[in-house]
Amino acid sequence: MKGNEALAEAAVRVGCKCYFGYPITPQTEIAAYMAKRMPTIDGGVFVQAESEIAAINMVLGASASGVRAMTSSSSPGISLKSEGVSYMAGSDLPGVIVNVQRGGPGLGGIQPSQSDYWQATKSLGHGDFQILVFAPASVQEIIDLTVKAFDTSDKYRVPAMIFMDGLLGQMMEPVTFPELKHNQFDKSWACNGHGNKRKHNIINSLYLQADQLESIVLERYKRYETIKQELHMAESYLTEDADIVVVAYGATARIVKSAVVKARSNGIRVGMFRPITLWPFPIQEINKAVESCKSVLCVEMSTGQMVDDVRLSINCSKLVHFFGRTGGVVPTPMEVFNKIVELGGVN
Amino acid sequence: MTKEIILAGFGGQGVLFAGKILAYCGLIDDKEVSWLPSYGPEMRGGTANCSVCISDDTVGSPLVTEPNIFVAMNQPSYIKFIEKVQSGGKAFIDSTLVSKKSERNDIECHYIPATQIAEDNGLQGMANIVLLGSAIKETGLCAIDTIRKAFESVVPPKKANLIDANMRAIELGMAY
Repeated sequence: MKGNEALAEAAVRVGCKCYFGYPITPQTEIAAYMAKRMPTIDGGVFVQAESEIAAINMVLGASASGVRAMTSSSSPGISLKSEGVSYMAGSDLPGVIVNVQRGGPGLGGIQPSQSDYWQATKSLGHGDFQILVFAPASVQEIIDLTVKAFDTSDKYRVPAMIFMDGLLGQMMEPVTFPELKHNQFDKSWACNGHGNKRKHNIINSLYLQADQLESIVLERYKRYETIKQELHMAESYLTEDADIVVVAYGATARIVKSAVVKARSNGIRVGMFRPITLWPFPIQEINKAVESCKSVLCVEMSTGQMVDDVRLSINCSKLVHFFGRTGGVVPTPMEVFNKIVELGGVN
Repeated sequence: MTKEIILAGFGGQGVLFAGKILAYCGLIDDKEVSWLPSYGPEMRGGTANCSVCISDDTVGSPLVTEPNIFVAMNQPSYIKFIEKVQSGGKAFIDSTLVSKKSERNDIECHYIPATQIAEDNGLQGMANIVLLGSAIKETGLCAIDTIRKAFESVVPPKKANLIDANMRAIELGMAY
């Protein structure tokens, strides 16, 4: 199954009832799949919105009524959605946003990229807020993390992003769908009609009293602290005895893995650390993975947006090097291998 | 060992389809597989290609840059990839459409007039499958039963009548 299609099917199976989207390469298969699939399920809604902004606001509305809702886009479209995401965060609404990244800035290109890392993890919209960011590295993991994204988003009432790139979206790999159930979370806050049987709910992100807004933001940040304690996922590969630990996420981690295998067969002790949640960044795990290594190499399809998080997470206890390609160019295992050899020579 | 395969040609020649068949062959034989198409500007009227990995272990990079099996269906694709074939690798070239011959002697080049063979046998548009037949024979990628099962999995029911023609194309490629 293609990554994009697997994501859409997983969303449907985990109880997503509303999909709102607008076409953009390389994620259009999600919308195409949903257009066919949604009408076949009970209460399923598919709308091709008039724009990305409309789509995210439809997600906001659907989510406010208590149903699971999703939108998807690629980099330029995600920028357009940022206002809506900020409003969702400010209204404590769950919802899943998919970014199948392409090269930027501007319209950029349509080839795979990871240059929206800062946007996703630091500043997807104005105001004090964070969203959950999941970065799968295989089509199977796209399915698993789609389930996780819906569940955690509902649990914490925080928007969640599935953060991929064109390569993952377009790639086809064999998958198995686990037995999926729609976990129910408390949605007594939802505005879904009450027939005068209870007090009405209000969902809003406007608070004109500064101290009231402050206390609401601070309450949310307490929740973020809980999330940081409870939600951190990562994979460590051959890091125990490694002199060099390569840090990479998503599709790049696949390329790095090939390079690590090649370097190991050349007698270089190298391992890989792959964050699966990018926010919260898996701090404990990365510290464990780099504990005994001499240097760290960050590899990305960007100019090095994750490097700061790596340095901060390990408190600059190791030298952090960087290798990356950007603009839609995918690094080759050979390029990464050469960089590993270069660092191996230094030590 | 990982079979890293690139299939390349013009859009419409069926290189993505041929790649999908190979990936399904791997899947049916219980291997780890990945299939990655080019989806860039080349899909919009230029050259198209896809990467297929078939491996006993988890597939690392799904993007093949240096194939050990290369299928070329036009001259631009041949020029783009022939120098990148791994030493010891095998190339399968539609010699109806590619007039060049490689000077490399560290790789095995098979020149098959696949487009001509397909046309002579009333199998227009199946040059991709003829080449696939040759590639499967020369690389021992999978058994003939596996290929039939792969067609049955990939070809939609309303086009099932084409499976036999595809199998004939495979046999012609194997026989050449």
